[in-house]
Amino acid sequence: MYIVALKMLLGDRLKYYGLIAGIAFAAMLISQQSAILVGFTQQTGAFIRDTAQADLWIMDPQVRFSQDRVPLRDTMVQLARGTPGVAWAVPLFQSFERAKMPDGTSFTLILVGLDDASLVGAPPLMVEGKLTDLRRDRGVLIDARTSGSKLRMKNGGQRAMRVGDHFSIMDHDAHIVGSYQGRTSFFWEPVIYTTYSRALSFAAGERSMLSFVMVKLAPGADREITRRALQQRTGLAARTNEEFVQITADYILNETGILLNFGFAVLLGFAIGALVAGQTFYNFTLDNLRHYGTLKAMGVSNGQLARMLFLQVAVVALFGYSIGIGMGAGLGLLMSASGLAFSMPWQIPAVTLAAIGVVCLLAAWISLRRVFALEPAVVFKG
Amino acid sequence: MHESVGQPAPSEVAVRCRGLTRLFGSEENRVYALRGIDLDIRHGELMMLVGPSGCGKTTLISVIAGILDGSDGLCQVLGEDVRAMNPARRTRWRGENIGFVFQAYNLLPALTATENVAIPLLVRQTPRPAALAAARQMLAQVGLAERTDALPGQLSGGQQQRVAIARALVHQPRLLVCDEPTSALDHQTGHQVMELLRAVSTSPDRSLVVVTHDARIFEFADRIAHIDDGLIVDIVARHPEDPHRLLATGNASHEP
Repeated sequence: MYIVALKMLLGDRLKYYGLIAGIAFAAMLISQQSAILVGFTQQTGAFIRDTAQADLWIMDPQVRFSQDRVPLRDTMVQLARGTPGVAWAVPLFQSFERAKMPDGTSFTLILVGLDDASLVGAPPLMVEGKLTDLRRDRGVLIDARTSGSKLRMKNGGQRAMRVGDHFSIMDHDAHIVGSYQGRTSFFWEPVIYTTYSRALSFAAGERSMLSFVMVKLAPGADREITRRALQQRTGLAARTNEEFVQITADYILNETGILLNFGFAVLLGFAIGALVAGQTFYNFTLDNLRHYGTLKAMGVSNGQLARMLFLQVAVVALFGYSIGIGMGAGLGLLMSASGLAFSMPWQIPAVTLAAIGVVCLLAAWISLRRVFALEPAVVFKG
Repeated sequence: MHESVGQPAPSEVAVRCRGLTRLFGSEENRVYALRGIDLDIRHGELMMLVGPSGCGKTTLISVIAGILDGSDGLCQVLGEDVRAMNPARRTRWRGENIGFVFQAYNLLPALTATENVAIPLLVRQTPRPAALAAARQMLAQVGLAERTDALPGQLSGGQQQRVAIARALVHQPRLLVCDEPTSALDHQTGHQVMELLRAVSTSPDRSLVVVTHDARIFEFADRIAHIDDGLIVDIVARHPEDPHRLLATGNASHEP
């Protein structure tokens, strides 16, 4: 009887394609919007991951995300270095600053100052120049991947800034001595690396300038014990890379409304899918009601009819889901190529499959109620 | 002119209804579709049920075939009390013992003639190859050996009804229930269908109940029951030697 069920399904091509299209659209919307949301979430931690050479970040407890600068006193570095279990501790400066390109184009950048001696916290991959070039006079590094769009001169320069160019940060001359391969960041502002001391000279003069202290644990040191000691000693928060990434993601998702917007879009995809698939499948059932009645009259039990309906729904769900996920991933590839946020870990197809399963079970259940309630005597109604 | 004939003995009876009623609607709007039917259909008999629209013919065959519950009274079919069976048992019983021929054929449009005919066997878990082979054989019996792979939409009305007859007979049911089998067909095709029905389905073990308005096919009946307003008002038998001559058998129905 399963072959009969499949032939019934495929017999009405228009409805069959309509069902698949509805499910595919829902799967695409759910997976694509979720992937964008995950992409954004991952991008929020880009700076931390690019800079992740330490085990712990010491910061003001009020820091809510990676670009949230609550200055610390410089003495915190020494306090951290003197804490048992700490192998090394280096200062890190990070701040939004105003800048101006050679042709006068104004822009805001994220200035990162690395410890002069060790340059710990530098991005892992250089594209042009060497990391040690930062020690050259007024040297800074730019992101090779995004400089084309983020460092484009718009006041007559007609090109993006590149290695060798000079520009000004807070009216101080900066010289681009190299470029690195950075991760795509949630923040639009370009990230410019320099040394800690030069960053302080670029930035406006506050009494406290230190943003973070990056701490490396000594071999064999217990992270939790060291963390508690650091917190006690400095009165500040000590967070791991993952914790820092997490609070950053939480803050941005919750405070910017991104979660609400994308969550709504995912729900919308689910609702549209449920509506389209449910309605189309219900119509398909209604159109076939006489045939289900005939089968019932001929001795097909409600259980057999239920299995037939579920098979029909499962086939539609499988095809629709595969097409939808394919389309979602394809669109994602296009989006990734254009630099927009998109990431599809395995959990997204899995969750989408579950959502489509729920949509289809719902559609089958609505139809099944109608088929179960059907009196086989309907077959005698001309 | 009618002549009287005797009542059958219980062992000769395939269907026995006594005081059978069927009520539709609630307290205020209740309507009796059957108002106390007394009817016997013998083994090997072709019984026609005739009467005006809405008189209860279709309700009666629905109850006899076990696809509709009677409200009261006795309905014994092939030795079983249909009203006493639970729904699952009745569904199984129907699949094993009843064959259906519908006015609108009710063939599944996406299935070939062979696949349509095979359905009653597939319902009974017959392996698909065996079911299809039996279906092809049955189609050959109804003269459609050349159209086994045709879809219903590719067949004429008469051919579709032949497929429906093949489907009704393929699992060797003991009772065949036909609802207006010729009403959608022209006279000649209708006649051919009835000839076929009579030829392939007549056996001492199998009975036929045919609901019809079509007076042109009365000659194929062994007996004809006239129903009006939920009651059998008259039963006549065909003369064994002269199909156009009818014999009165009396009215067995009563008011509830």
